Amino acid sequence: MSFGPFLLLALMEGMVTSAVLALAAVGLSLVFGIMRVVNVAHGEFFMLGAVSAWFVSQWVPGPPAVAFVAALILCPLFVAAIAALADMVVLKRLNYQPEATIVATIGLLYILQQAALSFYGPDARPVPAPFNFRVQLPWFGYSGYKIAVVAASALVLLGVWRLLAKSRVGLIMRATQYDRETARAFGINVDRVYAGVFALGGGLAALAAVLIVPIQQAHYLMGTDPLLLSFIVVIIGGLGSLRGTVIAALLIGLSDGVISTFFAPTLAKIVATLLVALVLVFRPQGLFGRRAL
Amino acid sequence: MTVATRIWAVHLAVLALLLAGGFLLPAYHQTNVAKVMVLATYAMGYNIAFGYTGLLSLGHALFFGAGLYGAGMLVQHAGVGAGPAALAGIVAGGLAAAVVGLLALRTQGVAFMIVTLMFAQAGYLTILYNTAWTRGDEGIVIAREARVLMGFDLSADLPRYFVGLGLFAAGLVLKLWLVRSPTGRVMVALRENEERSRMLGYDPYARKLAALVISGLYAGAAGAAYGLLFGYVGASLASTQYSILPLLWVLLGGAGTVLGPLVGALLMFYLIDYSSAFTTASLLVVGAALVLLVLFAPKGILGTLRDRWLKWLP
Repeated sequence: MSFGPFLLLALMEGMVTSAVLALAAVGLSLVFGIMRVVNVAHGEFFMLGAVSAWFVSQWVPGPPAVAFVAALILCPLFVAAIAALADMVVLKRLNYQPEATIVATIGLLYILQQAALSFYGPDARPVPAPFNFRVQLPWFGYSGYKIAVVAASALVLLGVWRLLAKSRVGLIMRATQYDRETARAFGINVDRVYAGVFALGGGLAALAAVLIVPIQQAHYLMGTDPLLLSFIVVIIGGLGSLRGTVIAALLIGLSDGVISTFFAPTLAKIVATLLVALVLVFRPQGLFGRRAL
Repeated sequence: MTVATRIWAVHLAVLALLLAGGFLLPAYHQTNVAKVMVLATYAMGYNIAFGYTGLLSLGHALFFGAGLYGAGMLVQHAGVGAGPAALAGIVAGGLAAAVVGLLALRTQGVAFMIVTLMFAQAGYLTILYNTAWTRGDEGIVIAREARVLMGFDLSADLPRYFVGLGLFAAGLVLKLWLVRSPTGRVMVALRENEERSRMLGYDPYARKLAALVISGLYAGAAGAAYGLLFGYVGASLASTQYSILPLLWVLLGGAGTVLGPLVGALLMFYLIDYSSAFTTASLLVVGAALVLLVLFAPKGILGTLRDRWLKWLP
């Protein structure tokens, strides 16, 4: 294959990474933007989504498409419930104090990882894709499912944007973000908003994982990379800015695709982590948005 | 008895107990306690940054790894003796801390945590990337013949225990002296109220950098000792988990107490050791301990003791 098509392939792979990354990162960004909580266990919510999708694919009989649709609905709900529980039992009692919540979510990370290891095991297992067809380009064939992933996450992101910007729920969430004391004075149940936002963040990560799991197998340690990449995206995009997050996800996903294809994947990660550290040091407001941390 | 003599008496008594342990403990526990003392030295360094200066770093594995690989690769690839290699490891830990500190200390709070985490992750990935030198995940096993310090075979139980004890004792005495000195008081002042210390004429940036470099020297020393005493230099020892563990030990023992890191490391080590007899869920123990500590005992064991009864404990 010559350079042009090769680059196109790299960019298409990058688009898939970007799409999934954008979903996971928007979840992280929402939690930080509204609750001011840095959720280190976010990657484990992603992992739980993938692992529970495998369980659903085992339990639900019939063609893979049915099981996949079931997983697409059940897994995010399951993870959202766990996230809401974690918020009510642990984070709320810490009064959302920044450093204590980070330590607590690190603890949560280990607990969830161990739970996955104990109940699911150390193996990586595939989940069948709901459909298999190849889109034949002049130079190479490309998986139709991957294109569907990009479309699906674009739809979900649009939905999240509508929820935040146009709905009453979004209004309440934004009011809580702006000033939680005043929101409380106006009769908003801030505790419920926080639990809901944490659940939404976890659910988005799980949804991203269900979408990616037919391409990338489910494994109990798979949460680390999405966590780091989501952090990177959220910091570069500027926290709380949905648009910035999506642009940064595209930037990081595409460059990850290109660098991983032409160089080593590890090198791509080194460059990205150093980049984010330097962005935080020299441009804490992110490349596109308001001040992040 | 004045407070100063009481303080020194308590700490020297702990060292005497550990010394006696070298002769009395059975071989299995001797190895364990030797490991705990090395890890506690690492945690003491972490405590200087976190417990005393208020710098919650999530990237100390980079400094530990710098010591580990600084010493290990010199021994392995350049045939350097254990003594000079250990010194190089200490310097490497301090240097890594200085470089990270120069940049990361421009940020504060949560941003500081993430910046240190990212630098450590980049370091870990660099180790994985340079497989030819570091052998990546698999790690380097240092040959027995190379692990000799002043004629003592570091792979034998007794010398290993006493070298570990020597390192820990040096670290403990230095730290006790440091935190009771005017420099140590300024560190605590920075933790409590940075603006007020600035107003009193101290330069927060320079002071924090100094604390972080001291912390890095401790981590480097512990890393070098770990590689030379236990003969293994692997990437997993520089992973994020090794940034979290000292935080856990310090929180458990008591942040901002001199003996806290030892108490925390010892308890946690044996908690995992005993629980592994009936469950393999060691991660669960670590995770649950973190959550429970931060919920119910944010000051740790010695911190709570100090609040209740032992007001003089440094």
